[in-house]
Amino acid sequence: MAHIHDVLIVGAGGAGLTAALFAAKNGANVGVITKLYPTRSHTGAAQGGVSAALGNVEEDRWEWHMYDTVKGGDYLTDQDAAEVFAKETIEGVIELEHMGLPFDRLPSGKIAQRRFGGHTRNFGEAPVRRAAYAADRTGHVILHTLHQQAVKYGIAFYNEFYVLDLLFDDDGRAFGVLAYELATGEVHTFKAGAIVIASGGYGRIFKTTATAHTVTGDMQALIYNKGLPLEDPEFFQFHPTGLFPLGILITEGARGEGGILRNADGERFMERYAPTIKDLAPRDVVARSMFIEIMEGRGCGPNKDHICLDLTHLEPDVIEKRLPDIAEFARTYAGVDPVKQPIPVLYTAHYSMGGIPTTLWTEVIKDENNTVVPGLYAAGESACVSMHGANRLGTNSLAELIVFGRRAGIASAKFAQTYKPHPLPPEASDPARERVDKILSSSGGESVSKIRKELQESMMENASVYRNEERLSKQVKIVRELQERYEHISIQDKGKLFNTELVEAFELGSLLTVAEALVHAALNRTESRGAHAREDYPERDDDNWLKHTLAYREAPGKVRFAYKPVVLGRFEPKPRTY
Amino acid sequence: MRVTLKVLRYNPEADRAPHWESYQLEAEPTDRVLDLLHNVKWDTDGTLTFRRSCGHGICGSCAMMINGVNRLACKTLVQNLDTDTITVEPIRGLPVEKDLVVDMAPFFQAFKAVKPYLINDDPPPERERLQSPEERAVFDEGTKCILCAACTTSCPVFWVNGTYIGPSAIVNAHRFIFDSRDKGNGERFKALSGGGGIWRCRTAYNCTEACPRDIPVTELIEEVKRAIMVNYV
Ligand SMILES: Cc1cc2nc3c(=O)[nH]c(=O)nc-3n(C[C@H](O)[C@H](O)[C@H](O)COP(=O)(O)OP(=O)(O)OC[C@H]3O[C@@H](n4cnc5c(N)ncnc54)[C@H](O)[C@@H]3O)c2cc1C
Ligand code: FES
Repeated sequence: MAHIHDVLIVGAGGAGLTAALFAAKNGANVGVITKLYPTRSHTGAAQGGVSAALGNVEEDRWEWHMYDTVKGGDYLTDQDAAEVFAKETIEGVIELEHMGLPFDRLPSGKIAQRRFGGHTRNFGEAPVRRAAYAADRTGHVILHTLHQQAVKYGIAFYNEFYVLDLLFDDDGRAFGVLAYELATGEVHTFKAGAIVIASGGYGRIFKTTATAHTVTGDMQALIYNKGLPLEDPEFFQFHPTGLFPLGILITEGARGEGGILRNADGERFMERYAPTIKDLAPRDVVARSMFIEIMEGRGCGPNKDHICLDLTHLEPDVIEKRLPDIAEFARTYAGVDPVKQPIPVLYTAHYSMGGIPTTLWTEVIKDENNTVVPGLYAAGESACVSMHGANRLGTNSLAELIVFGRRAGIASAKFAQTYKPHPLPPEASDPARERVDKILSSSGGESVSKIRKELQESMMENASVYRNEERLSKQVKIVRELQERYEHISIQDKGKLFNTELVEAFELGSLLTVAEALVHAALNRTESRGAHAREDYPERDDDNWLKHTLAYREAPGKVRFAYKPVVLGRFEPKPRTY
Repeated sequence: MRVTLKVLRYNPEADRAPHWESYQLEAEPTDRVLDLLHNVKWDTDGTLTFRRSCGHGICGSCAMMINGVNRLACKTLVQNLDTDTITVEPIRGLPVEKDLVVDMAPFFQAFKAVKPYLINDDPPPERERLQSPEERAVFDEGTKCILCAACTTSCPVFWVNGTYIGPSAIVNAHRFIFDSRDKGNGERFKALSGGGGIWRCRTAYNCTEACPRDIPVTELIEEVKRAIMVNYV
């Protein structure tokens, strides 16, 4: 079956829905393809808030927000992107309110704001209230509000369609998508004047993660397999406070409201690592501090293997009203009442800073000269514009979805006007059918769940919070071996209807591909910066490494690197202390 | 502990009718029912089919009937069930597509029918529209809805009459009816008052018991009924 749209969007999380709305408002006929029903997208799990220098509670300025974003990213942040971001998120958040988003309110009737890690007033002086929020379900209300608007605008959705391939014409223009419909097992062909990728991150390469089962980097893998680069894949964020041992997120907003991290001695150890902003230091800093506390024998619990997040000194009302969901998570999944007992936490895989490289207008680029791939756009966690640099600040992702999702919608709608539908022979969809048939007909005997488990466990061991050459080299080999075994997987479900086993097999292929880019790039980068911490190269090395990685797949297991300069500007790289 | 997981299975490509299949599993009391389903799918029978994504009760994918009650598989722990025999069936009243996967289209159609979006054609101010914390609190409960369908598919009226819009749609209407910024009640009341509308509700309270987000669904429905009657909001 063939479908035609001006703009086709892959993904219906915050980035995809924002892009869809703005493309539609700019006159485009929009189609959205998503492997999940839109409101199941992972944006709905975001808790703490969306950043914007609204200044509703105290003075705030976009320049301060920009500075925090650049410093938080350990100066790998492109400063032009950070500037666009810090300015436009203000309008973006106001626009969400106009769409009906139910923000919490101040007595004045304005949007309420709270503190979050790494967000400060006056260039690092003290924490500032910048995160606009709705209790601890900010992502949920953003996702639902955008979905409601999409219903209002009558946007066409292809729900539970898994994208298997992108089509390019001879001039390299992206013009089509092949997708597998879960309900029927049919492959559909889509043609469009512009395609926006908004497919989220890949937290599932790690064993302990706050991300959903479906956060598997499918489109990053597809792009990378097509010989296009991934930018900065070595930078992956671990969030300090995953509910131990499951990894379900406990928002940083809990510390924003006054929560304190304590070791086995009850000590507020962050005072030693970040004397100025303490528990509200950026995530990379806090995660590493926790790691050291545990390594040095000050972990909590009988096995000394986690840290305690103490909220017991907060007013019970603050917990019940502003943090109701995380209180429930603690009660349901850990049997702990946060009003009375500290919550056991440990770092959990959370966010991919790297992704598909783009310009400020979200056009996908293919090299260090910013050469654009015509017709192809990317926004949200799947993209790397690079506004997060080496480490993302909390609440900056939801804000990114709004800012760059909007830019993607506007830019793609404009570009799509130049579109003349490409003639498409029936065999155009063969590559996707072959992918389906290969797995369905294979009898190789390797198991998807076993390979996935081995990948997730080994990535956790060898490529997570702290890294070194020995472990990364080992992981390079492991990933390659798992890829080889993946060639021989077979599945039991051979049916056409709702074959979720087949989809899990596709997703594992994506995970293995993205993991390859991550471990090779991590091994290659011989410095420590932001979330990439090398025991054997503990210092940041601006002379050699103040640059973005572009990782290209030459062949399976063979990666080539190119480098893109960091866009500097207002803020000179300085040592990063908090 | 040892548990027996009984799943009502149906694959239209192979089966004439739904049938039960049992699996013996080793489980921790703190395991989620979703973990058990994954264990079966990943270790024993890859054809077992269900929806899931987030794993912690926020995406709304995994509503199922577990030991006779609608719940989220990812939010129900083995220890909450007080038994070592766990039965899992698809939620009722929607066509089964395969095993625990149902066709959600009628559910979302009902959702769309109540115009679940802010209606206000006044040009917005430059900054945010103001709303007091008290005004915001009035519609808070409805904003928690994750559209999982646990409430609607626990409603006896919905089972009998598939055209009833069901509790979830009414909760989502409530969320806008009581939002001080919204001006769409004329249109929404019309949608709610029609043949398959709110007056079919018989206050069975199943919906309130089923809601995994603890939304007082029946209360919200009563508030909407009152609002329509006095038509004052
Ligand atoms: C637990 C948690 C809490 C968080 N809290 C915050 C917070 O408080 N503040 C903040 O700023 N950030 C937060 N983040 C980060 C933020 O939520 C995410 O980075 C962001 O929501 C990603 O949005 P997205 O639109 O890029 O992707 P997603 O919301 O993940 O959406 C991806 C979409 O792509 C579709 N898709 C993917 N692959 C395919 C395919 N192959 N075919 C078809 N469709 C596909 C999916 O169906 C989905 O619709 C949090 C993250 C987590 C994990
Ligand atoms: S998997 Fe998301 S609600 Fe259960």
